[in-house]
Amino acid sequence: MQIPHLLTIVTIGPAVAAGVLGLIPGRYERLHRWLALLASVVLFVVSLFLWTGFNPDVAGFQLVDGPIAWIPQLGINYTLGMDGISLLLVLLTTLLIPVVILASWTSISERVKGFHISLLLLTTGMIGAFLALDLFLFYVFWELMLIPMYFIIGIWGGARRIYAAVKFFIYTMVGSVFMLVAILYLGFFHHQLTGVWSFAYADFLKTAPQLAMGSSILHSPQLLVFLAFALAFAIKVPMFPFHTWLPDAHVEAPTGGSIILAGVLLKLGTYGFLRFNRALFPAAWEACVPLILILAVIGILYGAWVAMVQPDMKKLVAYSSVSHLGFVMLGLAAGTIASTQGAVLQMVNHGLSTGALFLLVGVIYERRHTRLIADYGGIAKVVPIYTGLFLLVTLSSIGLPGLNGFVGEFLILAGSWEKYPAVVVLGALGIIFGAVYMLWMVQRVFWSPFAHEENRDLKDINLREVLAVLPLLVFIVWIGVHPTTFLSPMEAAVRLLLAR
Amino acid sequence: MSLSDFIPFVPEIFLAAAGLGILLAGITLGKKGVRTLIGSGVAALIVTAVLVWVFGRPQGGPQVILGGMLVLDNLAVFFKLIMIAASIIALIMSAGFLERSPYGGGEYTSLVLFATVGMMVMASGANLASLYVGLELMALSVYILVGYFKLEVKSNEAAVKYFVLGALSSGILVYGISLVYGTLGTLDLRGIHQALAGMAKLNWAAGLGIVLVGFGMLFKVAIVPFHVWTPDAYEGAPTPVTAFISVGPKAAAFAMFLRIFLGAFEPNIAAWRTVMWVAAAATMIFANTAALTQNNVKRMLAYSSIAHAGYALMGIVAGTAMGLWSVMLYMLIYTFMNLGAFGFVILLESRGYAGETIQDYAGLAKRHPAAAAGMLVFMLGLAGIPPTAGFMGKLYVFAAAVQAGYVGLTVIAVVMSAVSLFYYFRIVVQMYLHDGEEDEPAELIRDRWVEAMIFVCVAATLFIGVYPGPMVGWARAGISALGLG
Repeated sequence: MQIPHLLTIVTIGPAVAAGVLGLIPGRYERLHRWLALLASVVLFVVSLFLWTGFNPDVAGFQLVDGPIAWIPQLGINYTLGMDGISLLLVLLTTLLIPVVILASWTSISERVKGFHISLLLLTTGMIGAFLALDLFLFYVFWELMLIPMYFIIGIWGGARRIYAAVKFFIYTMVGSVFMLVAILYLGFFHHQLTGVWSFAYADFLKTAPQLAMGSSILHSPQLLVFLAFALAFAIKVPMFPFHTWLPDAHVEAPTGGSIILAGVLLKLGTYGFLRFNRALFPAAWEACVPLILILAVIGILYGAWVAMVQPDMKKLVAYSSVSHLGFVMLGLAAGTIASTQGAVLQMVNHGLSTGALFLLVGVIYERRHTRLIADYGGIAKVVPIYTGLFLLVTLSSIGLPGLNGFVGEFLILAGSWEKYPAVVVLGALGIIFGAVYMLWMVQRVFWSPFAHEENRDLKDINLREVLAVLPLLVFIVWIGVHPTTFLSPMEAAVRLLLAR
Repeated sequence: MSLSDFIPFVPEIFLAAAGLGILLAGITLGKKGVRTLIGSGVAALIVTAVLVWVFGRPQGGPQVILGGMLVLDNLAVFFKLIMIAASIIALIMSAGFLERSPYGGGEYTSLVLFATVGMMVMASGANLASLYVGLELMALSVYILVGYFKLEVKSNEAAVKYFVLGALSSGILVYGISLVYGTLGTLDLRGIHQALAGMAKLNWAAGLGIVLVGFGMLFKVAIVPFHVWTPDAYEGAPTPVTAFISVGPKAAAFAMFLRIFLGAFEPNIAAWRTVMWVAAAATMIFANTAALTQNNVKRMLAYSSIAHAGYALMGIVAGTAMGLWSVMLYMLIYTFMNLGAFGFVILLESRGYAGETIQDYAGLAKRHPAAAAGMLVFMLGLAGIPPTAGFMGKLYVFAAAVQAGYVGLTVIAVVMSAVSLFYYFRIVVQMYLHDGEEDEPAELIRDRWVEAMIFVCVAATLFIGVYPGPMVGWARAGISALGLG
């Protein structure tokens, strides 16, 4: 079955739902929750038609919606399109939204209406950014994500939420303003070459690689434009040394905010590297691969080491994100087909595993109002189901064969081996460290001697929370057991991208 | 010259006559008739807008009227309609404010109308003399408006500062004009253009004239280092007056700026553009940095308006057709955003005169969600975040600068836009992230008319942000005026 304008429906749908919520007075809190949940589940179901309507043999963009003239004077169009890479990431997004709403069911108790409106607007921004085929449109969606996330951290966050929100905001904004100049410059360059204004991705694929590469940075427009894009994305990923906003944002954000931040927002950085930096500026990319590899490896190891000494579970998971995203960047920089496929898969994996980890940490935080590892210990007997789920997610995160993380990391490392064996060796160390800090945390929280009497009455995970985490577990296992389901749709797209 | 030559000038004549009528009516009605007087002022402005549309539009190409004093073109129509809209919104916002004050409405309304007449002349002047007369009519009316609350020390102080510095800048401007006239032998903008284009080398007296006219104009649009009058004038003036002077006169000054520099002085663009480049960069850097530390919202918005003049100046630096219409569009968008933001400040002035600090905004989102959402839109717009119109305005100005090869200036502009977010968001942080329950919270007053105007501004800010096409088309129609198309 083919739905017309499916991409537009999936993109704009959440914003329409947000508008509907906006009309309902804020005192009907239950109604807001249920409507938002309904909207997000419907969105997920509708987004499954993307999957059924997708032809994996076609490498280019499919289900293209547009172009519709938006700002004709500058050749800016509304164009959405999807290939195998964006398909997976959009599905990850639509999967995570209901999870976030369920996870926030009781933990968000103030300004419920505003929270769900923010979340739905954020969804439109994220999906739009994955699907936009016009760089200007991409930028608008990119910016659209900023404000809702800022509010989610700043209003519903923890004690230092304002500091964290402002920091998140400034970092992201600094990155994106340079990207705006770069996009304008590309449009101008296209105009210079062809005499036509355009911001279409397809047009930039032809003209952007023609930007000159000079002897020094300042004399090479391609490198400058590349760096302007790279800065925006490196902050979002976040790559070392632009990562410092992340732990603050994660620790202060509410559980739902952390899930969406780790699950999807960070992926926009890596997605941007692949879609724009890699494809539009091949020469500059080639020149910067060593730098990206070095930063990726530093990110992997540094993130792991810092995670190891964190007393706070959430902060530990946050730093583990820095490490995991380092793997993704490594796979992208290595640039073989296997490593790139692994990187894209690992984006999805990280969204599932880390999303689930944040969710589970949130579950126990809601009961005890502490996330310090030292405040727990030996609670496996008190909360057996919770323990089992946590362990499963942990194993997925550290890459146990049979679960999703293994497939992604294996593809990345195996695919990079032929080109950069030394880097792979260092990166593989990161996997070991990852196992150490995750298992050590699990051991201290669940199995070390029972230390705190307050934990005696800890309630086990309830049905709603299980329902929230269950969809993630399904895909964690599915990807681990049968990754082909997810690798084959993106293969043609990855090949096409790397062939440029 | 026959009487029929005055037909295109009917809107201005009508508005001036209406201003005189309201002035007289104000004497008889006194304090009681504030709403009647303001209502008739608004009605007169609406009629004027219709008259501009009927009589003031050019038939075919640009039309020089009244012996070369004024020109009818799309640029003039565009700016006239912006200014009339700004005056209408500002007047309606003033009604409740004036009623709560001990002052009458007659002089107030008529001064706004006189200022509007002056601005309309500035928008369509074809001769340095008529432009200057328009400017002074506008400026003198505005000086009085700033000091209108005569029992308030701050209002008086602001008026005196504004007047002294304004008079000084007018003097500089006139001196520059006299040098231009002395060397080129004409005050006609087209004549100056031809004379300059015909000169192989600019002589020093004409050059000095251009520089002094430039300084005068930079003064009027408040560009660093000629901006110092702005924060004091904005802070001290009654808030509706601040709202008015931050948009109408600024748009008018930019219209005049465009006519003189992209029209008459265009042959020497290479000489003055570097100065403008430096001024624009300095303005964006200084104003945005200074705004960071302001605790008084009106002062902060004053620095913000200086910064916006800096962004708009980029279009003049670009000096292209796109530069021209991007400035026009910018002024249109800025008018709505800034009026809306000041409208919110008016609503907040429940605790006496102009005492609103940023802390007064704490927790407003909880108590007044709709109004706070409006203010959020204006802050996002002024900061230039999509999907608001402010983003579109900046986009075109930046695109014009990039197209003209000014990538460095654009980088400065975007970095300073990011900085500006910080202070705009101080208000948002207060409204949304603080409770405001610690100390006595400020309350918004109920004023249906101000709320309605805020709504109009929100709608315009969002509509132009999402669908800028028609407005861009309208602004672009204005470029034929200066022969840049």
